[in-house]
Amino acid sequence: MDTQEINRALTRVAHEISERSRGVESVALVGIRTGGVHLAKRLARKLQEIEGVPVPVGELDITLYRDDLSARKEQPVLRKTEIPFDITDRKVILVDDVLFTGRTIRAAMDGLMDLGRPGEIQLAVLVDRGHRQLPIKATYVGKNLPTALEETVEVYLEEMGEADRVVILA
Amino acid sequence: MSASAGLLIRQGRVIDPGRVNGLADLLIQDGKIAAVGRDLRAPAGADVLEAQGKWVLPGLVDLHVHLREPGFEYKETIKTGTASAAAGGFTSVCCMPNTQPVNDTQSVTEFILDRARTEGVVHVFPIGAITKGSEGKELAEFADLKKAGCVAVSDDGRPVMNGLVMRRALEYARAFDLPVVDHCECLHLSEGGCVNEGLVSTELGLHGLPAAAEDVMVARNLELAVLTGGRLHLAHLSTAGSVRLVRDAKARGVRVTAEACPHHFLLTEEAVREFNTNAKMNPPLRTRKDVAAIKAGLKDGTIDAIATDHAPHAPFEKDREFEYAPFGIVGLETALALSLILVEEGVLTVEQLVTAMTAGPARAFGLAKGTLAVGADADVTVVDPDAQWTVDPEQFYSKGRNTPFGGWKLKGRVVTTIVGGRVVYP
Amino acid sequence: MALKRKDLLGIRDLSVEEITLILETAESFKEVSGRDIKKVPTLRGKTVVNLFFEPSTRTRTSFELAAKRLSADVINFAASASSMAKGETLLDTARNIEAMQADIIVLRHPAAGAPDILARSLRASVVNAGDGGHEHPTQALLDLFTLREKKREFRGLRLVIVGDIAHSRVARSNIFALTKLGAEVRIVGPPTMIPHDIERLGVTVHFDLDEALQGADVIMMLRLQLERQGIALFPSIREYAHLYCLTPERVRLASPDVLVMHPGPINRGVEIAPEVADSVASTILEQVTNGIAVRMAVLYLLSGGK
Repeated sequence: MDTQEINRALTRVAHEISERSRGVESVALVGIRTGGVHLAKRLARKLQEIEGVPVPVGELDITLYRDDLSARKEQPVLRKTEIPFDITDRKVILVDDVLFTGRTIRAAMDGLMDLGRPGEIQLAVLVDRGHRQLPIKATYVGKNLPTALEETVEVYLEEMGEADRVVILA
Repeated sequence: MSASAGLLIRQGRVIDPGRVNGLADLLIQDGKIAAVGRDLRAPAGADVLEAQGKWVLPGLVDLHVHLREPGFEYKETIKTGTASAAAGGFTSVCCMPNTQPVNDTQSVTEFILDRARTEGVVHVFPIGAITKGSEGKELAEFADLKKAGCVAVSDDGRPVMNGLVMRRALEYARAFDLPVVDHCECLHLSEGGCVNEGLVSTELGLHGLPAAAEDVMVARNLELAVLTGGRLHLAHLSTAGSVRLVRDAKARGVRVTAEACPHHFLLTEEAVREFNTNAKMNPPLRTRKDVAAIKAGLKDGTIDAIATDHAPHAPFEKDREFEYAPFGIVGLETALALSLILVEEGVLTVEQLVTAMTAGPARAFGLAKGTLAVGADADVTVVDPDAQWTVDPEQFYSKGRNTPFGGWKLKGRVVTTIVGGRVVYP
Repeated sequence: MALKRKDLLGIRDLSVEEITLILETAESFKEVSGRDIKKVPTLRGKTVVNLFFEPSTRTRTSFELAAKRLSADVINFAASASSMAKGETLLDTARNIEAMQADIIVLRHPAAGAPDILARSLRASVVNAGDGGHEHPTQALLDLFTLREKKREFRGLRLVIVGDIAHSRVARSNIFALTKLGAEVRIVGPPTMIPHDIERLGVTVHFDLDEALQGADVIMMLRLQLERQGIALFPSIREYAHLYCLTPERVRLASPDVLVMHPGPINRGVEIAPEVADSVASTILEQVTNGIAVRMAVLYLLSGGK
């Protein structure tokens, strides 16, 4: 995907969110570190353009909830979780760049549950590359990208200092 | 090996300081040195020991050894301790009285000598206690101790804290010409200490033993020696201050002798890092300044003897928290090779080194040892000065494994030890 | 980066990067402690054993809470109750505990170097919670964490440590940490409580508190152990307080936004004057919160597949 495609996809997702939620009254976006955070902020801006109302954005670090910590030799570096609003009873939309095995989303849901009791959790991803290992499905998908297991999908964004693009690497 | 027919040690470098230093043969007969000279003929039936390239020395004399028997046989026995001595080239050892019971009576001295006779392999000279139970209060019966076979008195392990008691000891011992040996440490100053007081103790958060704790007692003892005219011997000097005080005292004509241990001229307090209990002893390892002073003291004769302060402990006793581990390291089997480092470094000549381990100690305690003169006891140590070896504590003859020198690559090794004309090692 | 070590035995061997990693990780854990549900599943299934040979409620509960908030199982061994009284050695006790599949052992012991023995012999990770007069690394780390929150930059920070330095493992650990991070450390106390050669660790030594406080940014007061009066370290509490008690007048000698710290509990009127003590009290309470966060960070970073 290139800049234009990414932008169109995000715009479409924002419209879908607004349509499905019938307005954005109790909606909150939570970006999963690190890739999902920038996308969540972009979505929030688009939603504000569409609905005229600001949508709260939070940042969630799922490291503490990973299911592979025992197996790793060194513990991964932690980043901060910053969710400056109460998620209880809200419609929380988790935002991530790439949906792959689904384990990150499972960890993110556990993390959210420890922070409150959301009314509903939905998932918005820029790219779904398949190969799920858990029964997890994205509510909103920017683009479906079939891939081979050995390939990796990298998402580069302007906020990271790169030109917007999604690439598949062998 | 038949003691009567004799033993001829051929073609070695015989080093008997003051008498011989060069290629020569040594003939032993009836447990005595029969002859020393070139191209000696072996009498019929005598054994021959080829000693080309080796040194032939008087049997080494150690003034300071802890044989632990009676009472602490799990650490060492007279049997294993003397085997360790023989492996280290020592043919005479003086054993300290801090056994259980303390050697403060004739009967304990006799027990030790009896054990040494039946199970020991080198000469054992007991040192009796200065005070009853080494409690520092009442003098022990020096006359009885001397009669039983003690060659000196000491409360080693502990100092004699009370100046009056030390004075009386020096005076009383004069009647029997016994040297009084003090472990110089002011217990008030050293209270709670387990390493030298300095940078390492500060970094590791351990209580320190200040050098001053030794220096003040050395000074006190020297003045008491002057006052009483007694024979004073200072055990295991470890500080520059002690060496300086003894040097000045000798210049003034004070009757004092002194010993130093290899660990005090080869290691510093740095060896204690990582809380290494195998580097924990009393007096502790000090600084480079002190090491240099000990070397200088050996060089100029201020220090008369190299002793080991061989102090074996069971491995489980040392394998614990640094503060609670007992003080002491073994030394009999490494002393010679370690001391040879001083010759390598040019601090001592070969003759000076041999003197410090033979005639020097013998003279300090008035022992008829440490010489290869004709008619002397045939206690001989044969050394390969070029043999390279690595210190492996698991191979020690001693029960103790507590040495900081494990793994050290050394040059110079004992190949044969002969006591009274009999080979006792290997 | 990660903490490539099995154990945390002291600050002296930590690099600046390692210290920074621990402090940054602690920030995330402070956030967890601020939640309603103060638990994360990170150390689920791990066993943390508190092996304390010296009584301590504060440090022990701090470690216990830290481990529990990480979902680990916690066991507390107090030495008097266990077989130590029957003559079991430290190593034997620890091996028994390891045989129960303990993953991390937190040890507080009166002998310096005791954690090092365990670290050498056990597969489990060992955390030093205070060994004799040697080190108390997590206390220093939590002091650093508090300092970082309030003062931002360590380099050039003027810090004064006051009291019985010689017997204080907290002081020792802090001196190692702060000199590593570039702070200017002054130590003050009666000469009897200043250890030999301490200047060689990179600190300046003062006997006069007023002089040492000039322009100080941070004052760290140490607890005076009153029982030490008996062994000739200081003649009387009255005189000690006269010379070394932190009074409001003395606080004014320091810089205007000086931070006063104390490991607690305070001997009012001896180390700190009552008027000053109340303002210090709030920092002490923050330290408690920070302590749990720092200990969570340490437990997290030391765990991990082996």
